[in-house]
Amino acid sequence: MWWSVDLFVVKTMSKRPFLGLFASPATLVAISIVAALLAIFQYSLRAYVPGSLRPGGFTIENFAVLWKPMFRKAFLTTFLLCFWTALLTLLAGFPLAYAMVRSKSSLVRGGILITSLTPMFLGEVIRTYSWMIVLGKQGIINVCLLRLGVISEPISLMFTTTGVVIALVHFTLPIVIIMIAAALSHIDWNLEKAAASLGAGRVRIFFTVTLPLATPGLVAATSTAFSWTFSAFATPQMIGGGKVQTISTLVYQVGFSSFNMPLAASLSLAGLLFTIAVLTLFNVGMRKIEKLGDC
Amino acid sequence: MKKAFSDHLLDWSGRLLVLLILIFIALPFIVVFIVSFNDSSVVEFPPKHWSLRWYFNAFSYEDFVKGLRNSLMVAAVGSAISLIVGAMFAFVFNRYEFSIRRPLHAILMSPLIVPNFTIGLGALLLAKGIFVPRSFGLLVLVHVMVTLPFVVRGVSVSLQNFNQAYERAAESLGASPWYILITLTMPLLLPGLISGWLFAAVLSFNEFSASLFVANLRNQTLPIAMYNYVREYADPTLAALAVLYVVTSAAVLTVLHVFFRLEKVLNVE
Repeated sequence: MWWSVDLFVVKTMSKRPFLGLFASPATLVAISIVAALLAIFQYSLRAYVPGSLRPGGFTIENFAVLWKPMFRKAFLTTFLLCFWTALLTLLAGFPLAYAMVRSKSSLVRGGILITSLTPMFLGEVIRTYSWMIVLGKQGIINVCLLRLGVISEPISLMFTTTGVVIALVHFTLPIVIIMIAAALSHIDWNLEKAAASLGAGRVRIFFTVTLPLATPGLVAATSTAFSWTFSAFATPQMIGGGKVQTISTLVYQVGFSSFNMPLAASLSLAGLLFTIAVLTLFNVGMRKIEKLGDC
Repeated sequence: MKKAFSDHLLDWSGRLLVLLILIFIALPFIVVFIVSFNDSSVVEFPPKHWSLRWYFNAFSYEDFVKGLRNSLMVAAVGSAISLIVGAMFAFVFNRYEFSIRRPLHAILMSPLIVPNFTIGLGALLLAKGIFVPRSFGLLVLVHVMVTLPFVVRGVSVSLQNFNQAYERAAESLGASPWYILITLTMPLLLPGLISGWLFAAVLSFNEFSASLFVANLRNQTLPIAMYNYVREYADPTLAALAVLYVVTSAAVLTVLHVFFRLEKVLNVE
């Protein structure tokens, strides 16, 4: 009888086979992650003993050091890099994701998918190196602009914030395209057809139907773009060349050039809290805006 | 239905925009491709003489050969552990309710927000604190941490689309939990397991920031070897290596797309 079958299912569900066995290895990894973060926290509160790799006694001196102009500037630079990268990535990623999801030709869809995914498989170092060649004094941008007579002196985009942003947009695009495409593909196309049958123009449909429905996906994509850019290290390090200092490049520099591990720890901890704060504010803000749209 | 002129304009400007963005994505690789065949030992554009010498140099440079071996080892071991641990966790996370379910999930997914350089630094400081040397095992552990979220996510998508009626049917016919798991659940989850493993392997093979903190000279990975090369030499050897990377990745992706339909794997259909 049907109810006895249901009862049987409920009973077996409560048995939960494999629970302990399957959750244990993951718990070990989770403990390692927590331990690593605790190690950073612990070091951030220790004094730096010059010439020694062992940290000294407990202090909050490191966080006072972070208030120095050099570090404040790095926070500002990092924020601006993340902001511009997230914005530009979103603007460049949306049309591509839209074309990928909506194109009628499977060749076009596959082509866009493979072109936009390939960079993801290359890693930060290869991609940044490629941009170094493009952006350098002898690079293609300079050669073309010089030949066309747009500029008379070679301009170098290397070691500039603009150069870093260009490479970071390239670095962040694949993941953003995938996320936007996933959001767009789950929109019910019939809603747009309904709007069209009621006489709305295509531009109006896009802004009043498609875009609002895609907003949650766009918000998630923007958050991801922000944290990917924040964690980028090779790109600001290689293209910034010490002239564009971000939190990631400073953590490395402080940790491995002056071996001041306590300061490196406090800087990365402050950086982590900073990203979490920005992302939380952004998500809360977007939710408020979405709610306004509902009224 | 005949389209209005404005509609055509919209279509073609949209196509042009998409094409321009695709060119932006491909641009550095096109340039690298041209530069890699340049005979001169300084990177210049456009090249005056052509040669294959940078390709030979890439294969004979000892650090790259050792780095490739290390990267393949770390990626193989790391992604395998990541796949097993992540898939098992995704299974219990999607099926059962238990006390530490949510906190455990939050911690395991945190590397999506916690930057790789922070995880690398944390692992380094932790290893120092408990007197563990910078070893192969430490490198693998860091790679497992940063790739695990992608496995959990990939397998979870498959588990959510999973029809448990098959398992109930098998159980009511007297199959043991292990038998059901191996002969029914795992084969049905295969696409999710493969895509999760692939992501983990690729990310691990290319991982740079976290590895830089925990690797030593002996077990440095290929990305670290490449980074050190750029700092020391200005010749196009790395361009040759980049071309090999691009060609291999595009080929692998195309094959995967033809056989598995990537749209489905990535959930963008």
